[in-house]
Amino acid sequence: MPAVSMTVNGKPVTADVDPRTLLVQFLREELRLTGTHVGCDTSQCGACVVHVNGRAIKSCTVFALQLEGAKVATIEGLANGDQLHPMQEAFRDNHGLQCGFCTPGMIMAAVDIVNRKGHDLDEHTIRSELEGNLCRCTGYHNIVKAIAAGARAMGSGAAVTQKAAE
Amino acid sequence: MYAFTLHRPSSVRQAANLLAKSEDAKLLAGGQTLIPTMKQRLASPASLIDLSLIEGLSGIELRGRSIVIGAMTRHAEVADSPVVQENLPALAELAGEIGDPHVRNMGTIGGSLANNDPNADYPAAALGLGATIVTNKRRIAADEFFTGMFETALGADEIVTKVMFPLPKKAAYVKFANPASRYALVGVLVSKRGREIRVAVTGAGANGVFRVTAFEEALQRRFGPKSLDGLSVPAAGLNSDIHGSAEYRAHLIGVLARRAVAAAAG
Amino acid sequence: MSATGIGATVRRKEDQRFITGKGHYTADVNRAGQTHACFVRSPHAHARIKGIDATAASKMPGVVAVLTGADLAVDKLGNLICGWMIHSKDGSAMKMAPHPALAQTKACHVGDPVAVVIAETLAQAKDAAEKVQVDYEVLPAVADPAQAQSAGAAQIHEVAPKNTIYQWQLGDKGKTDAAFQSAAHVTKLDIVNNRLVPNAIEPRAAIGEYDSGTGHFTLWNTTQNPHVARLVIAAFIGMAPEHKLRVIAPDVGGGFGSKIFIYPEEVVALWASKRVGRPVKWVAERVESFLSDAHGRDHVTHAEMAFDRDGKVVGLRARTIANLGAYMSTFSSSVPTYLYATLLSGQYNIPNIYCEVDAVYTNTVPVDAYRGAGRPEATFVVERLVEVAARELSIDPAELRKRNFIHQFPHQTPVILAYDAGDYNASLKKALELADYKGFAKRKRESARDGKLRGIGLSAYIEACGLAPSQAAGSLGAGVGLWESAEVRVNPTGSVEVLTGSHSHGQGHETTFAQLVSERLGIAIDNVSIVHGDTDIVQFGMGTYGSRSGAVGMSAIVKALDKVEAKAKKVASHLLEAAEGDIVFKDGKFTVAGTDRSVPWGDVALNAYTAHKFSGQELEPGLKETSFYDPTNFTFPAGCHVCEVEIDPDTGETEIVNWTAVDDFGVLVNPMIVEGQVHGGITQGVGQALLERAIYDKDGQLVTGSFMDYCMPRAHDVPSFKVGVTVTKCPSNPLGIKGCGEAGAIAAPAAVINAITDAIGSEQIAMPATPQAVWTAIQRGNATRKAAE
Repeated sequence: MPAVSMTVNGKPVTADVDPRTLLVQFLREELRLTGTHVGCDTSQCGACVVHVNGRAIKSCTVFALQLEGAKVATIEGLANGDQLHPMQEAFRDNHGLQCGFCTPGMIMAAVDIVNRKGHDLDEHTIRSELEGNLCRCTGYHNIVKAIAAGARAMGSGAAVTQKAAE
Repeated sequence: MYAFTLHRPSSVRQAANLLAKSEDAKLLAGGQTLIPTMKQRLASPASLIDLSLIEGLSGIELRGRSIVIGAMTRHAEVADSPVVQENLPALAELAGEIGDPHVRNMGTIGGSLANNDPNADYPAAALGLGATIVTNKRRIAADEFFTGMFETALGADEIVTKVMFPLPKKAAYVKFANPASRYALVGVLVSKRGREIRVAVTGAGANGVFRVTAFEEALQRRFGPKSLDGLSVPAAGLNSDIHGSAEYRAHLIGVLARRAVAAAAG
Repeated sequence: MSATGIGATVRRKEDQRFITGKGHYTADVNRAGQTHACFVRSPHAHARIKGIDATAASKMPGVVAVLTGADLAVDKLGNLICGWMIHSKDGSAMKMAPHPALAQTKACHVGDPVAVVIAETLAQAKDAAEKVQVDYEVLPAVADPAQAQSAGAAQIHEVAPKNTIYQWQLGDKGKTDAAFQSAAHVTKLDIVNNRLVPNAIEPRAAIGEYDSGTGHFTLWNTTQNPHVARLVIAAFIGMAPEHKLRVIAPDVGGGFGSKIFIYPEEVVALWASKRVGRPVKWVAERVESFLSDAHGRDHVTHAEMAFDRDGKVVGLRARTIANLGAYMSTFSSSVPTYLYATLLSGQYNIPNIYCEVDAVYTNTVPVDAYRGAGRPEATFVVERLVEVAARELSIDPAELRKRNFIHQFPHQTPVILAYDAGDYNASLKKALELADYKGFAKRKRESARDGKLRGIGLSAYIEACGLAPSQAAGSLGAGVGLWESAEVRVNPTGSVEVLTGSHSHGQGHETTFAQLVSERLGIAIDNVSIVHGDTDIVQFGMGTYGSRSGAVGMSAIVKALDKVEAKAKKVASHLLEAAEGDIVFKDGKFTVAGTDRSVPWGDVALNAYTAHKFSGQELEPGLKETSFYDPTNFTFPAGCHVCEVEIDPDTGETEIVNWTAVDDFGVLVNPMIVEGQVHGGITQGVGQALLERAIYDKDGQLVTGSFMDYCMPRAHDVPSFKVGVTVTKCPSNPLGIKGCGEAGAIAAPAAVINAITDAIGSEQIAMPATPQAVWTAIQRGNATRKAAE
C-alpha cells in the first residue's frame, strides 16, 4: 500500500493506505479522530467538513493520497488546549446544536465563512454560505445566530491580538 | 468503491501517456463528481490519474481581450478572482453558485467541462461566452466541444489544459437551482460581444447544454428583455423529471433568459 | 427561580463534547477484532427468492461469513414485530405478516435485506456482497397506497387479502352523517399527506458482540429506546435472554422517531457476532438509510367538515388510506389510528366526528412514527378544512377559528381524548399580534407592486403528548406500558446521578433534567449527572419519543426526588435530634421548623452513608431512590403558527418571509432549549410542505433515494422565527409540563399550505408545494379565471 504523510492539527502523520481511503476514513479510522462525521454519500451534508491548507473541504470527497504534504485541521484541533475557539463558544452560547452530529462540520464551515467573508456577517450571507451543511435538528435559526456571534467574537479576538502586537 | 491505482504525474505529457496506455483510466481533477460516483460504485476505473501535481495547469490571467483559466483552477478561485470579477463578472458569479463553498474549493473548471453534466453550470459559460477549450493536442471551440449528455469532443488521451473566454461587452448568468441537488434545473447565460449574441441553456436539454437561436436572433435586433416577449422554447425534447417537467423547464428558460438579458443590459 | 433551576436559560452541559469533536456516536465505537457487515439488498420491489449462491462471495478476500435468511431459520430466530394491536371494524385482528430480519422466501421492497456479508474490512465486505448471486423471480409490485386494495394489485402477504392490514374506525358514524345531513355548509378536501424520509444526519449503526465465556450479548445501537430494543430482541426475536443482553445507545445523532424501531440490521449484527465469534459492525450509508429507515406519513384522505348557519362546526368525517409499507414496523399500526383520528377535533368544539382508516401493505419501505406521528396528519386535515371553509364562507380564518374554539376544560372530545387545560384564544391572539396580522393587507399590496403574490396562513394545532397512561394505552392495543422510570443516586459527597429511562438524542436532557435536580436539592447543576442509554446501568425505560421525556421522564425524577427528600429528612432528623415531621427542606438546607437549627445537604448525604447517627434498625443507610411514574392523562400542547409567504409567479418559487409561533407547552424548563425544539420542528414541517417527498415509481423503485433528489431543508429555505409562548399548566403531571418536541412539525405544514393557497387563490395544491407545483397551480387558476370571463 502506498504511504501518505500530512500534518493533522499541527502533528505530522504518516501511514500506508489503500488508495481508495478517503480523507474522512483516514482521519476516523487511521488517526481515530472521530469528531469528523459522515452523514451522506453524495457530498452534500457537510458533516465531514475539515480545513485543508486553510480552506474548507468535504473530507468524504478527497482521497487521503491526494493530500500528501497538506496541512489538515479538524474539529479536534480547533480549541487551543482548554480554551475553546470563539466559534465553538458561540455555538454553545447560542444553542447552535442539538444532537451534535452535524456540529463539527458546521463549526469548521463557520470558521471558513469568517475567514472568507469577514467578521460582520448578515443573516442572508450566513444562510447562503451554509449551502453545503445540513442540520436536521435546529432549523438553522440558532446556527445562524451562533455564526454571526462567533464571527464577531473572532473579530474582537483578532483585534486584541493585533493590539497586543502593536 | 472498487480498488484502483492512483497515479500522480508531474506533467501533462506523463498524464497523457498514462491515459493512453491504461485500459480503464480516468483523470482525477477536483473529484467532486468522480469520487461520489465511485463511492456509489457507478464508476470503476482501474486507475486514476491525479492532475493536481502538474504545474501550470492552474491559474487565471488576462491575455489581451481574453481571460485564460487553467483547467485545474478551482471554482472558488474563479469566483474570488479580481481579474474575473472585474472583466467578466458573469463568470465569477456563475462559479460562485456551483455546488457549495466546500465543493467550490475542490471542483475545477476543466473537470466540469470534460464531464459535461447536463445540469452543470460551466458548460453554459463556455457555450454562452464562446470559449475555446485548449487541450494537450488542440483548441476546440465550445460550439464543437459539447457533443451530448456527458459527451465531449475530447479524444481518448486528450486532456483539457485551459479555457479561454473572450471578453463580452455584456453578459449575465441566471440559474434556477434544483432544490435538492443545487445543480441547475435550468441555467441561462446570455452574452453580447460585438455583433455576436449568445444564449446558452444548461439543465434543460436532453443532450446537454444548447443555444437558443430564436432568442439570439431576437436579441440581435435589440438587446433588451422585451425583445424576448412572446418567444418561447418548445418543450419537446427537453428534460423531464421529478423536479421539473419539460413544459416547466421550457417556461423557465424564457423567464431566466429575460432576467439574464435584463441583468446584462442593466 | 434559581439561575439554573426550572425556567432558567441554562447553557447545555452536553455541548462541550459535541463542539470539540468528542461526541461518542455508535459509528465511533470500535471493538477489538471487529468485522464489518455489508447487506445484500433486494434491487426489486417484489420478488420471490428462488435461491442464493454465496460460493463466489465466500471465496473473496477477507470474507468471514455470508449469511442468509435460511441461516436465520436454522437458528430459529423470531420475526420482527409490531407491538400495537389494532382491530378492524368487524372485530378481526390486524393482519401482521411475518418479517424476518433477512428475507427468506421473498423480498417485499427495494432495499429489503436478503443476505449479509461479514468481512475483515468494510471494503472487502462490499466487494464480496456484489458477488452474492440471488436468483430472483420478479413479481408485480404496488407502491401507491391508493392502488393497493384494488382488484388487480399485486398481493404482497398471504395473511392480508387485498393488502389490507386493518379497516378501523373511530367515532359515531350515524350521528356524524346526520349532522352532515342538516348542515348549512360542507367543505370537502382531498388530501395527500406526502411520504417523508426522516433523515437524521447520523445514519443508523449497530455493533453486535457476543461473549462466549459468559453467554452475554452487547449491542451498541443508534436507538431512542435501548430497553425497548432489548425487550423485543429478547422476547420476540429470541436471540438472547433479556438479562444476558446489554443494549447501549451512546450519543445518538437525531432520531425524529426513526430510531425508535427495532430494525433487521441490528438484529443481524448481534446474531452474526455469535455466528462468527467476533464483533460485527454495521454503519448505514445514506443510500441505505433511504431504503431501510422507516419512512413517515403517507396518507391519502378525503375529509369533510360541516357547518351550521352561524359558522359553527357540527361535524367532521374523514376516510384515510394509510400506507404502512412492506412490513409492519414496531409501532406503525398506532400511528394512523390512535395518534391520528383522536386528534381530529383539533382545538374545536366538534360534536360529531367519524373517521375510517384502512392500513395497507405496499412494496415500499415500512412506514412508522416520524416527528409528530399521526398528529401532523390530523392537524393538516383539520386546519386545511377550517381555512378553506373560512374562504368559502367569507369569514376571516382567525374569526372562524375563534368561533369554534373550546373554552371549557376539561373537554371530552367525541374521539376519546379529554383535553385537560388550554387557552386557544390566547395563543391565537398573541400569534396574530406578533405576526402583525392587521398589517398584512398593506404588505400584500407592497408585494404586488413588486410583482409578487403574498399570502398568510394560520395553523391552530393541538397534539396529545406525554405518552401515555399505560392502562389507557393498553386498552387501545399497546403491547407495552408507557410509564417512565428514574433512579436518583445521591453520593456521600452530595453530588447526584440520575439514571433515566428517557434517552437524549439532541433534546438536552443532560441539562434540563439536571436543572430539575439542581433546583429541588439546592445543589450546583455541575454536581448533577444524567445517565441514560445503557440497559446494564439504567433500571428500565421506555425511551424518548412522542414529546414524552419532560412530561413523563421528568415526572419520574420528581417522584424519585420526593422519596429522596423523605429519606433525607429522616437522616436530618437524627442529625438535628428533632422529630422527622418538624424537618423542613428548603434551599439545600434541612431546618427544624421555627428554629435556626439546620444542616446542609452535603452533611445529610454524607451521614446517610456513614450511618453513624442512626441505627440500622431505625433506618437503612444510603440515599438512592427509584420511581416508576405512570401518567394519568395525555398532555395537550397547543398553539397557533402564522406563516407568511411571498411567491414569484413567474417561477412559482415560494419564500417564507415571516414565521410566528406561539405555543402553550405548559411550564418551560429551559426556554432556550424549548425554542430550539420549536425551530427544528417548524423546519421539518416546512420541509414537508415545500421540499420533501419520497417518490416511488410504479415499479416500486424509490426515485428520491439520495440527497440529490430528496430535498432536505437548508439554511436558506427558512427564515428566522418569531417564537412566543402562552402558559396554561398541565394539571396531570407534577411539573405542569406538556412537551414541545413535535409541535413545530405538527403545526407547520398546514400554515405553509394555507399561506400559499391564500397567495395564489387556488386550493389545488399538494405537498410539497415545489416551484413547479405552485407555478402549475397558478397557471391552472389563470386558465380557469379566463374561461369564466
